[in-house]
Amino acid sequence: MTALLAIEHLSIAFGGLQVLQDLSFTVPKGQATALIGPNGAGKTTVFNLVSGVYRPTGGRILLAGQDITALPSRRRIRHGIARSFQNVRLMDHLSVVENLLVGQHATTRGLRDLLVPFRLVPNHRWRREAIDALAEAGLAAYADAGVGALPYGIRKRIDLVRATLAGASLLMLDEPAAGLNPTETNALRDHLALLRRRGVTLLVVEHDMQFVGEVCEHVVVLDFGQKLAEGTLAQVQRDERVRAAYLGQAA
Amino acid sequence: MTGYQSGLLVILCFNVIAAYAVYLPMAAGQLNLGVAGFMATGAYAAAYLTNEAGWPMGAAIPAGGACAGLLALLVAVPILRSQGIYLALATFALGQVIAAIFLNLDVVGGAAGYPVSAYAGPGAVFAATAAILAAMLLLSRTRFALYLTAIKSDPVVTDLMGVNVRAVQVGALTLGAVVGGLGGGLYAHHFSFVEAQHFNVALSIFTVLYVLLGGVQTVWGPLVGAAFFTLLPEMLRAGGGWRYVLFALLIIGVMALRPQGLVTAGARWPARLRGRIPGRPSAETGLSTEVSGS
Repeated sequence: MTALLAIEHLSIAFGGLQVLQDLSFTVPKGQATALIGPNGAGKTTVFNLVSGVYRPTGGRILLAGQDITALPSRRRIRHGIARSFQNVRLMDHLSVVENLLVGQHATTRGLRDLLVPFRLVPNHRWRREAIDALAEAGLAAYADAGVGALPYGIRKRIDLVRATLAGASLLMLDEPAAGLNPTETNALRDHLALLRRRGVTLLVVEHDMQFVGEVCEHVVVLDFGQKLAEGTLAQVQRDERVRAAYLGQAA
Repeated sequence: MTGYQSGLLVILCFNVIAAYAVYLPMAAGQLNLGVAGFMATGAYAAAYLTNEAGWPMGAAIPAGGACAGLLALLVAVPILRSQGIYLALATFALGQVIAAIFLNLDVVGGAAGYPVSAYAGPGAVFAATAAILAAMLLLSRTRFALYLTAIKSDPVVTDLMGVNVRAVQVGALTLGAVVGGLGGGLYAHHFSFVEAQHFNVALSIFTVLYVLLGGVQTVWGPLVGAAFFTLLPEMLRAGGGWRYVLFALLIIGVMALRPQGLVTAGARWPARLRGRIPGRPSAETGLSTEVSGS
């Protein structure tokens, strides 16, 4: 099985605090990989390193065999890396569809696309594509709402839809099910299944083990910035160290 | 139209143009307190080209805008390294430096001012303002305008979406300077005289107030703000000596009742008014630049 994303000996320290230490794991192409671990294990830091918000103090990040460690953050989405955010980072000054239009940026080309007054054209292709993506997630009714007024679960799902619009091959989701009610979680699971059928590879940080078991075939366990175990959920759940650090306390 | 009315409308036009020069960078969250400097650059460059190079007005004024834009492009890269209040201070200082240079530049008359040998009538000013307004309306329908607001909301996420945040910010400051430079060139040719003292701090600050009062959420804000500031004091003339007191009270009233400006984005109103969407606005409206979590 080929790896879409390979993390090799990745380390990062903030001041004296070593957040990740010599972390290596791979994300198989076409699969869903979960990144789990207790709070503070470094899961979101991995996302921030892969998306380029932070620079590692050591190690490499390879996407489809290409070293992207030094690639500026804004270039990474065009290489196929998109993400959602744990604390939902929608632009509150924009409407839902406007947020999605920003999410489409990586599919546009050059100065012409930047400066064409496309919003004079009724039902322009860009707007249509954004609304289609919303409709797939069952959220079309919210297209022209301001994001500030929407409930948390809806905002969370829109954050995910926005991440899908760049046509990325790797989608990193930071706690996509957190704060969702059971109906919304079911809708999320269906949405992720649809993305999987399109060949999108998922890397998911999630605390809901039932959700992880249903969505992810591959699980990587982090604790204190180091890899504790790797395998299927059933395999890592049997691991003594994992039970001690994480699942044992949760069970 | 009486001379008073057309004179007032011309002033309104200059104020509207200046307001759009400030609006473009401000839509991306950058406060430009040096717009007078860019207007002075356009005014002097256009006047010089008319006087000394014998250019026709129709070429000299756009060239003045281009000069102001070029200057903005040159200073944008170092200036935009600073943010927030430091960016405001940097643009403020730039405006002062530019005005001081023209004040001491003998080739354009120095402190005595610089007469301009061509005249742009009110009709030309109205036409140019309408053209700039039309260009701003077109621009507001583009991705560029969308990205300005996105950057103001969350520059980190906008960057992660692949937008070149720095380039868009430089573009906004530069385009704003071009608009300011056009306004300056037009001003020089309408009044047939330029003096550096006109392009002072008060001009920069008043222009920022037009935009803040009108609102930066939509492209109409600067127009409404400039109209409010230009026309209202005239309408209050009946109040005699009290008119500035009344005007100040109205400004305070507007700021208290419409802190986001007179014109706000429509998108979020209909939905909330119709009560179609349940739930309350989230508290997460801060402009944090960190992607939090562990």
